[in-house]
Parts: sequence; C-alpha cells; structure tokens
Amino acid sequence: MNKPGWIGQIEVGNPFNEASLYKWGMVIDQDLCTGCQACVTACAMENNTSFVGEADAGYGRTMHWLHIERFWDGVYPNVKLTSYQPLLCQHCERAPCEPVCPVFASVHSLSQKTNLQVYNRCVGTRYCANNCPYQVREFNWRDYAPPEPLPNMFHPDVTVRRRGVMEKCTFCLQRLLQAEDKASAEGRVLADGEVITACAQACPTGAIVFGRLDDPESQVSHLRTDGRAAVLLEELGTLPSITYLKGGSSYGRNR
Amino acid sequence: MVATAEPLERAHPVDAEDPREHLMLDPRPRGEMNGMVMEAMHTSTWKFWVLASFLGIVVVTCLIISWGYLIAEGLGVAGVNKPAFWGIFLVNTVYWIGISHAGTFVSALLRVMKAEFRRPFTRAAELLTTFGLIQAGISIFMHLGRVWLSYWLFPYPNERTIWPNFHSPLGWDFLAINTYLMASTMYLFLPLIPDLAMARDRSKGWRKVFYRILSLGFRGTEGEWRHLRTAMTIFAWAIIPVMFSVHTIVAWDFAAATRPGWSSTVFGPYFVVGALQSGIAAVGMVVVLIRATMKNMKYFIRPEHLDALGKLMLVVSMTWGYFFFQDYMVNWYGGDKFTKMLLEFHEKGPMGWMWFAMLIFNVVIPFATLWSKKIRRNPALLFTIGLLINAGMWFERYIIIPTSLTINRMPFTWKVYVPRIEILLSLGTLALFILIYMIASRLIPLVPVWEVQEGQVAHGLRKVGKATVKTVSDIE
Repeated sequence: MNKPGWIGQIEVGNPFNEASLYKWGMVIDQDLCTGCQACVTACAMENNTSFVGEADAGYGRTMHWLHIERFWDGVYPNVKLTSYQPLLCQHCERAPCEPVCPVFASVHSLSQKTNLQVYNRCVGTRYCANNCPYQVREFNWRDYAPPEPLPNMFHPDVTVRRRGVMEKCTFCLQRLLQAEDKASAEGRVLADGEVITACAQACPTGAIVFGRLDDPESQVSHLRTDGRAAVLLEELGTLPSITYLKGGSSYGRNR
Repeated sequence: MVATAEPLERAHPVDAEDPREHLMLDPRPRGEMNGMVMEAMHTSTWKFWVLASFLGIVVVTCLIISWGYLIAEGLGVAGVNKPAFWGIFLVNTVYWIGISHAGTFVSALLRVMKAEFRRPFTRAAELLTTFGLIQAGISIFMHLGRVWLSYWLFPYPNERTIWPNFHSPLGWDFLAINTYLMASTMYLFLPLIPDLAMARDRSKGWRKVFYRILSLGFRGTEGEWRHLRTAMTIFAWAIIPVMFSVHTIVAWDFAAATRPGWSSTVFGPYFVVGALQSGIAAVGMVVVLIRATMKNMKYFIRPEHLDALGKLMLVVSMTWGYFFFQDYMVNWYGGDKFTKMLLEFHEKGPMGWMWFAMLIFNVVIPFATLWSKKIRRNPALLFTIGLLINAGMWFERYIIIPTSLTINRMPFTWKVYVPRIEILLSLGTLALFILIYMIASRLIPLVPVWEVQEGQVAHGLRKVGKATVKTVSDIE
C-alpha cells in the first residue's frame, strides 16, 4: 500500500477519507441500441434482482433496475416506433428522491457521486419512488425467494433485499469500489474503461458507455458534447449523470 | 284570562320562536341535569351490545388478522403498485386527520369566539379529534413497508447518532401528527376534569375508582376553577395554530413533491379547508347519532345546534369550492403538458365518476340544500348530507393520491391503481373508530355538563318595556 498522498486532485491511500473526485456517468446511444435486452439480463444477474414470479410479474411488479422502454408515436394506423430507450436510475446530482426520505435511506454518495439506497435503513414509506420523475425505483412487495438451486448464482458482493425496502440501480457499486480500492492501493488513478457496469459490458453494440465524467478526456465526456446529446426531463433541473444520444436514424449527423 | 293574553301576544309575534327552544334559555336544576348525563352513560340497550360485538368481530378480522397477514406477507397483498406507490392507506390517513380537525375547530375556535351553540357538543367533537388521529396513525403504519422499524422516524438518541431526515416532509408530518395528538388529548382532558369529578361523586364500584384516578382529585374550589380556566384558555388558543399547521404539513407531503398535479402552492390552505369540510360534516353526523341513540340527549342537542352546524357546513362547503376552483384554475392555466393530461384524466379517465361525485357531494348538494332552515333542522337530512360530504371528501383524497399518481412524466409506467386488501383494512379502521367511540360514550360524560350549566347561568330572559329580550352576561 502506498503512503497517503495526492495524485493530481485525487487522494490515494487514505482509508479514512471516503471522498474522491471520481464522478461516474453513462452515455446511451439510442441509435445503436437494438433493444436486445442483454443489459436487462446482465443487470439482473449482477445485482441479484428478484424474480417475482408469474402472478406478480403479470401485475406489473417486475423488479428490473434497468428496463427498455419503447413508445409508439402517432395514432394506431399511422404508428411510428420510436427508438429504444434503456431506462435506469439517472443518478441525479440534485436527486428528488433524496430529500424526501424521512430516515436517510436514500442518500448521495460522496465518493462515487451517485445516488444510493441504504437497504438496512429503509422503512418503506415509498416517498422516494413517488418523487422520482423517472420512475426507476423498485419496491420489494414480498420476499421473493428463488427456488433451489437458483440462490447459488447470487452475486456474493451484493446484498439480497428483503420485503418492504426500496431498491434501484447502483451503477454496479461493487465493481466501482473494487476498482477504486485496487487503483488506490496501487497508487494510481483509474484509467478510462478500466471499470464498467454490467449493462455496459453486456451491450453487444456498445450503445451503453460508462466512465468518468470528471475526466475531460474520457469517452463519456467526449460523447456528452455530441450534438445528439440530451438528458431526460432536463426542465426539472435534476442534473442526471446519464446522457442519451438521441435516436431516430440521426447517427453520424451531428446536428 | 283573555285580557292578560293580549299584551303577551303583541310582545311575542306569532312567527317568533319560543325562547325555551334554546338550550341556554331552558335551564334545569343542576342535580337533575347531572343525573340525566349519568343516566345516558349507564343506559345501553341490547342493540348497543349487538352492534359493539359485531364491530369487535370486524376489528379482529378486518384489522388485526388482515394487518398481521399484510405484515407477514409484505405489501404485495395490497393493490399498490408502480406508479401508484401510495394507495388507500394514505387516503385514509389524510381523511382521518381531516376528520380530527373538526373537533378542535368546533371546540377551540368556537370557545375562543364565545359561540354559545358549541356548549353541548364540544366533547363529542373533541373525541372525534383524538379517535380520528388514532385511525390516521394506524393507517400510516399500515402503509409502511417495514412497520416493525417505524420507530426510526422518531428522533431518539442512538449509538450510531443517526437522526431522522428533517428535510423530509414525511418527517415533519410525523412530528406534526404526534404534536397534534398530544395537544388534542390534553385539550380533550382539561374540560373533562370537572365532569369526571361529577361522575366520581355519583358512581360506585370500579367506575368510582376509574373516575377518581382520572379526575385528579378535583373538588370544584374557586382556585381549582381558576387554574383550570387558565389552562383551557391557553390550550384553546395554542391548539388553533397547531391544527392549521398539521394539515398544512400533510398537504406539503404532496405539494413539496415533483409530481404533476401535486406541486401546487395552494395545497396548504386547500387541505385545511378540506379537512374542516369533512370534519364538520362528521361532527354533524355524530351529533345526530348521539341525539337519536342515547338517552336524554334530545334535551341537550336540539334543532338549534343542528341548525348552527348546518350553517357551518354550508360556509365551509362554499370555501372548499372556492379553493378547489383556485387549485384547478392555476394548474390548468399553467399549461404544463403532464398536468393538463392529469386534469383530463381526472375527468375522463376510468375514475372520472369519482371526480364528478366529489363535486356533487361537496359543493352542489350542500349548496342546494343547506340554505333551507327546515333541512338544516332535520336530523335525518343533515346526517345524509354529512355522509355525502364525507364520501365526497374521501373521494377528493383518493383523486389526489392514487388517481394523480397514475399519470407521471414517464408514460411507460402509467397504470391505474386497483385496491385489494386495503379495502378490508379501511373497514377495520372505520369499525375500530366507531367501536372506541361507542365505548367512550359509555365511560365518559359525552356532554360537558358544567359548560352547559355555566351557559345557562349566564343566559337569561329579561323584560325591557313590553319586549322580552335574551341577555348574556360574560362571566369568564
């Protein structure tokens, strides 16, 4: 382990300081997304999200942290399909879900600059889910215990949630922490692309790009300045960490 | 005979009402009146016990067993679902807090305003406050996903120095409701002390022990009365701002959120008026029921009281209509796309019947009927109108919470809320409310006898020239 010190603006080797300058973000290219749902599957595998069973799934209680939305444009005979829109927690800088939690279960991570849910602390008022304008929070309506031998495939680094708590995308926090610790121990800064989320890893077309927003040279930072870039519900001022590159066959035309 | 009748005829025109119609001008000896209240408390017909046992069964099955099942199985057995994460549990919470407003309003505000018609039914209204708040508390605990950890909402010292989040409107709400529950219980208890002492002196057996403990050794000396009056005046004045703040904070649960249709700046006063609307109607219903079912209550509760409550209902109903229009107008004029969709969904959506029923029950029916003195003085009609207003106000909360949650800014998740086990639990809380009210009506004097007697002492009929006029002396 290195001696505590600074590399540029990033402090390394100090186990007591949780703050770091890493700011994680994502860019999703809606032109490249084919709607194959590989990210949805990868997310479920990585993060131990529950399989709710047929009855609850039919009731609309599937608990995917990431789902792919697609809308119709127009009235029935003249319908135009819009681009696929993978929707996950936007990790807002000014998240509406955070101030409304009465017990501080929905908090902002000083270290990763992401929005986190503390499962142990959650009492299940569900105010955060109401106040989330993107509707990406999932509630554990029951204890969804998978049948044997499925529990054997649980990711050991990720908590299994019980009934009555809220959960949502963490940007694969376990991966981020592991990589940050490793880099910090080696006394260096994480390189671009060294750590990516499960959904970005699984995307066959590379539509999901994950990286550091604080690094102006990262791929994410470059893509965010693209002419097609837009954030969801920008008018609310939530400052999401996820940028969408607008679809609709505009690929390559930097308008 | 004939010669003496003529001047009286001129002094009292034919259409003038008999002054003895007023409770304050129809005094009875104090001992007799105390006896009447004691008798009302002790007299229960077999119907009372049948109804009480039925309600007990409903409470056990619909409230205790169903809630246990809900806790054991998780909220999956309820109908709440994305995007309507809040359902009937919170509708009931807001509704019962609204009911609880009336007690304090009728009692405290009319007390400091020295409105004389309040005297016989202040206690009936204050009981509504305390028991309504209990139902609101139960409903909010039903709503929690992990109710066994609900004590985390309390700011209690703990080894990890974690406090509740004082930024959260729910945290404010929790503190406000607790404050209100304690203040209103105190406010219920203070005017009760002289009556408990009265009951203590007229009881035997376990009841005597019960009243002796509760009456705190009150003997009715001048010094005790002075202290009691000071305390009651302080509480009556202090509880009015508390009451306004509680429902304003309940409104902030919604107004502080980023939902279309919720983030409305007028929600605070709108909710306060809505609470008074349902609460005063509930007082009217309770007063009619007490008058009809309990012995000797026809002496204490008279058409003049129903009349006064009917006028209050009319005024509050018109105020509510104004605030509703104000809220709707600004939302509609704002032109936000999703708010506009939501307003259309309220009216044209699958729950549109509820929206129209709300307006008819809350505005049209009170406005069409309560102008008539005959209707206001008719117990059955006043009860029906109160029931309709309460249904309308419950609909209003239902429209604000689950129906408005149906529409959000991400159309992919839109889904209509359908309640499941919530209906059983709602019936359970209603049954519990009626049951504890029934038990209380047999345990504590439901009419504040000392207050009625005080009023009767202060009122009098006096002859001025040829006319008989009512006089009131201010003895407080």
